[in-house]
Amino acid sequence: MPIDASLVGRAFPPTSPVPVTTEAVTAFATAIGGGATATVPPTFPIVVTFAALQDFLAAEQVELSRIVHGDQRFRYERPVVVGDVLTATLTVTGVRSIGGNDIISTSSELTDATGALVCTATATLVHRGGA
Amino acid sequence: MTALTPGAALEPLTYEITRADLVAYAVASGDHNPIHQDEEIARAVGLPGVIAHGMYTLALVGRAVAAWTDEAEVLELGAKFVAPVLVPAEGAARVTVAGTVGDRSDDGLLTLALEVTADGTKVLGAPKVTVRA
Repeated sequence: MPIDASLVGRAFPPTSPVPVTTEAVTAFATAIGGGATATVPPTFPIVVTFAALQDFLAAEQVELSRIVHGDQRFRYERPVVVGDVLTATLTVTGVRSIGGNDIISTSSELTDATGALVCTATATLVHRGGA
Repeated sequence: MTALTPGAALEPLTYEITRADLVAYAVASGDHNPIHQDEEIARAVGLPGVIAHGMYTLALVGRAVAAWTDEAEVLELGAKFVAPVLVPAEGAARVTVAGTVGDRSDDGLLTLALEVTADGTKVLGAPKVTVRA
């Protein structure tokens, strides 16, 4: 099913708040092969970004297995720290079709409990068409 | 730690990714896309086999940057995922992160020019890293 191009510009509802706990950071750091660390890995904000992407895909009834991550960029206003509670709000910034695949561009603003911007996460998803 | 002089080569760092790592990463990140776990599903959607999360590879870049810069604050991090990192059922994929120190701006921000490969194939395109170092 092609992705509806009229989604461009639409902001989706914010995700549920995601608390940045020591346990979550340790599990993430361990999974990427690092040890326990006091520093939150710079890609840790993918956790809340992915929640926003997943909410969007569910809303559009897109099957996750047909999605491949094409591009991911983070721009940080400040480092994420344990104790933060992050919420992501995703906007669709582009939809185009190339060779039977839909290329979906998104931008998510990650804010903390005070509403301050912590990180902007842009993601491009490739929706693989075909059978 | 490498001296962060513009133009200096950064010591290449190689990391391994196993299927067990992908299982742990799925749990830790929330990304349970079966193309990172299940050979049959990966092949059914036209992939050559189980592939690592693109974000796993980008996380390894984050580790390399932390090692090179003594955990400097990261201001920008990103890349295109231009080729899949195939992770075999037995053994591991090997990802190498190499690069050179780029320009330093007047306000003390440093860019790193990176080359990220898996078993010799370039897997990240236009990687962008800016740190305060």
